[in-house]
Amino acid sequence: MTKDEIRKLAIDILGGIAPEADFDMLEDDEELREALDLDSMDFLNFITGLHKATGADIPEADYAQLSSLQDVVAYLTAKTA
Amino acid sequence: MPSLGADMERGTLVEWLVKPGSKVRSGDIIAVVETHKGAIDVEIFEDATVSEICAHEGETVPVGGLLARLEAEGGKAAPLLPATKPEPAPAAAKAAPEPTFTITRTGRTKVSPAARRLAAQIGIDPETLTGTGVDGSVSLADVELARASAAKPAPAAKAARKRGFDPVEMRRGIALAMARSKREIPHYYLSSTVDMGPTLDWLARFNEARPPTERMLAAVPLIKATALALRKHPQLNGFWQDDAFQPGAGVHIGWAISLRGGGLVSPAIHDADTLALPDLMDKLRDLVARARSGGLRSSELMDATVTITSLGERGADNVAAIIYPPQVAIVGFGRIRERPWIVDGKVAARPLVDVTLAADHRASDGHTGGLLLSTIEQLLQEPETL
Repeated sequence: MTKDEIRKLAIDILGGIAPEADFDMLEDDEELREALDLDSMDFLNFITGLHKATGADIPEADYAQLSSLQDVVAYLTAKTA
Repeated sequence: MPSLGADMERGTLVEWLVKPGSKVRSGDIIAVVETHKGAIDVEIFEDATVSEICAHEGETVPVGGLLARLEAEGGKAAPLLPATKPEPAPAAAKAAPEPTFTITRTGRTKVSPAARRLAAQIGIDPETLTGTGVDGSVSLADVELARASAAKPAPAAKAARKRGFDPVEMRRGIALAMARSKREIPHYYLSSTVDMGPTLDWLARFNEARPPTERMLAAVPLIKATALALRKHPQLNGFWQDDAFQPGAGVHIGWAISLRGGGLVSPAIHDADTLALPDLMDKLRDLVARARSGGLRSSELMDATVTITSLGERGADNVAAIIYPPQVAIVGFGRIRERPWIVDGKVAARPLVDVTLAADHRASDGHTGGLLLSTIEQLLQEPETL
């Protein structure tokens, strides 16, 4: 997947979890949990969504590498390359 | 009209799923009622035939008001339906399998902001589209597809039904229940700090080899440990009614779920003390999704015998919680955080959690509450036994 596709995918999934969020206001380096008020169930649903769409396995130990939008793009670009 | 919690005064009948002559079985969903907690599936608790529909779709009915008349099997007319649910429900009835009859409901349609913007530009109501995104949300692609095919969006199935919960009414409901609690219930408060190391280590091992769909949250062992501890200390599990303590039939954990846009709902996880941890996780996932999008069942709002509130990984360290009447206890878990702790005579960094209990002093004394917290702590030191 290209970086743009991954970014769009991530935003689509997050939009389902936080429908009220305005993603035009979300900075690429912002902490997602903080910015979107995600609890642990929301974050697990986000990871599950990414996993289902990309097939990447995203172990729990890697969650710290997925804290912002740019982290997610970098992580999944490497994983799906 | 069933009372779906101490904070409910009335409900609006939005849809009948039965008509006069319909045969209903215990556990069937017979109607959808709109409350400040969103659209709730109302279940029936006996085998009977519907003889008369008394409340019409769109009608607002006070708690205890007549919705319909039933003829019980054997021909005797029953005066009233859902409010006549036997309470507490016998444990045997709870062991019955979940009814397979369910109705499809989309609840609030989730629409991604990008999709919403494009839809507004081209004049489509995105909530009428079929979402293909995660959780059935309407994505940009769905809106683009609708535009490309120039397809007229399908009309919403039930335009009359409000989506999601009503934040103003919910605030009012919480205000009523919490004011009643503080006015009537002599609370006492206890707190313990628990080393979560063993449980988190166990959880990390459990999750390591599993795909995200099968992973478990730390909330699950916390719920199970609390449920088992309540089974051992039943004086804290049940209701204060008619100036006496009524023990709960089963440990039905009300799990406090915060809703986006404000508000709180605490639906029950039935018989949480008997569920294997992975099953408990499935229940929790399903419950949180339905609490946030609509589709909770009436039994889930009526049956909780105790409440757990967990502040989550970005929450505060501990909570002095308010009991949800007529329950007699609420257990609170703060954020799990690394803090100094003494292990074998040395200071060590450990993941700790503050567990608090607020309990009704009419029903129990602090000694009993202390035993409950101590049992929860012991259980969390041996997560493999949960």
